[in-house]
Amino acid sequence: MTSTLTISQLTKSFSEVKALDAVSLTVEPGSRVALLGHNGAGKSTMMKIILGLIPFESGTVEVCGAAPGSAAARTQVAYLPENAAFHPALTGQEQIAHYLSLRGESPGQALALLNRVGLHEAAKRRIGTYSKGMRQRVGLAQALIGKPRLLVLDEPTSGLDPVSRRDFYALLDGLAAEGAAILLSSHALTEVEARTDRILILSQGRMVASGTLADLRRMAALPVSLHVTARNGYASEIAAALPGAIRAEGDVRLNCAQDEKLGLLARITGFGDKVADIEMVPPSLEDIYSHFSRRDGQ
Amino acid sequence: MMNRILATARTEFRIALRNRWVAIAVVLMALFALVLSAAGSAPTGDLGVDRLSVTVASLTSLAVYLVPLVALLMSFDAVAGEVERGTLPLLLTYPVARAEILVGKLLAHLAVLALAVAVGYGLAAAAAFWADPASLSGLPALARLGWSSLLLGATFLGAGYALSSLARRPSGAAGLAMGLWLGAVVLYDLGLLAAVVADDGGWFTTTAFPFALLANPADAFRLYNLAASEATAAAAGVAGAANTIPLWQSAASVLLWPLLALALATAAFRKVTP
Repeated sequence: MTSTLTISQLTKSFSEVKALDAVSLTVEPGSRVALLGHNGAGKSTMMKIILGLIPFESGTVEVCGAAPGSAAARTQVAYLPENAAFHPALTGQEQIAHYLSLRGESPGQALALLNRVGLHEAAKRRIGTYSKGMRQRVGLAQALIGKPRLLVLDEPTSGLDPVSRRDFYALLDGLAAEGAAILLSSHALTEVEARTDRILILSQGRMVASGTLADLRRMAALPVSLHVTARNGYASEIAAALPGAIRAEGDVRLNCAQDEKLGLLARITGFGDKVADIEMVPPSLEDIYSHFSRRDGQ
Repeated sequence: MMNRILATARTEFRIALRNRWVAIAVVLMALFALVLSAAGSAPTGDLGVDRLSVTVASLTSLAVYLVPLVALLMSFDAVAGEVERGTLPLLLTYPVARAEILVGKLLAHLAVLALAVAVGYGLAAAAAFWADPASLSGLPALARLGWSSLLLGATFLGAGYALSSLARRPSGAAGLAMGLWLGAVVLYDLGLLAAVVADDGGWFTTTAFPFALLANPADAFRLYNLAASEATAAAAGVAGAANTIPLWQSAASVLLWPLLALALATAAFRKVTP
């Protein structure tokens, strides 16, 4: 199966600063890929290059088998900009009808599209009166026009409440199931965890990690934290027996590498009745994200 | 292609309607045309021409200032406004060429201008007919003034889009647009006048001056309308110059300028990186 989006060794600088440094990636049909990174990591720059909005210095970019920004590519790519903006004097329905016409679709579908993103009731109100979340939905509605083969979504869930966010990912699941390739960016790993097939982490213009969440967990190899609750009076004894353990308010806390986890558990259960409870805390998504995005001396 | 242009034109016209540009342009033209009709009612009858032809001559002088002004006011925001609102990047990812976007905006703004011109000139013509039933013979001159006003408008709309693309910020574009209006419509003629006076019938007046007039779309518009309706030559200031320049030359300038302005606008818009 050929990729919908292929980027290889892409480099782009703004004067002296390298915004993207030899970045390579592919997005296959039907896959949902999340692009993570801090502000200024190069996410938006990369998206604008994929859309053909800004030029790049070296490397190759192929979008649906065509050059980025070419007429052939633009007919098959949909984009949702960060902070989607529209003319405030138009109503949601008029704006979507306009975008439908530009893609050669019937403007009569506007209401149905707005309905799909839950904006049916506000369709006849001017966009100037919309909240940020509502504008984001108008942006999402226009990205759904005409079965795009690639969706480029720049922080699509910013400004959406948790319920809308879940609806949004459900929409994406449907699109991916129909074969659309999806590239979306986000600040937070917690936002994209279960809803994407692959995660890419950009840091200062370089791709520092790529894989599924399980892959990233494994690669990061961050320590697991164990919280042992001792029965009355036994906390010191347990802490003394376990190397590296510290006492915190009657609890005993210690960290261990992933591969030492089972051996340690066996030792702790060896204390028998002296242990009241054990809690295992795996590294959080934020910990994993920080691990990769701060590796470069930040 | 036509669908995308028409869709853009429809949306832009709707925006112009909501932003009150349609109302402002129509009221402005109507008001000035009526004032002109009222003020110009005294000296007619003696010239031996119908009332409407005299009105057309006055309207020509009015249009030379007002049409470029209205055109620039509508167009300076066209690209810079999209940049500032942040709507341009998304628009440019659509399968629509930049030239198509500009032509769509041009059609919408021309429609607004046509409406304003029709109402303004229509009122003035109605006043002329009311005063002098013989005005029928002035109708061709009025029609000519109508379509050449639209071409003049198209020229300055295109120039406005070009400035809007170059400035990339609405405030800067507004300044440039007003500068262009002042330069092309007011100062250019003053400069020429000064040069002609200083030259005192020399090379500049005989050779360069006609070309200088043709090179300016506003002057070419005035020349064309005054030369075409000879009856009004008596009432016009530039009559002397108008008579020395063949009609086809001023007509060519009036026709070519809109194309040139649109080409300039497209070239400037292509340079805009969102």
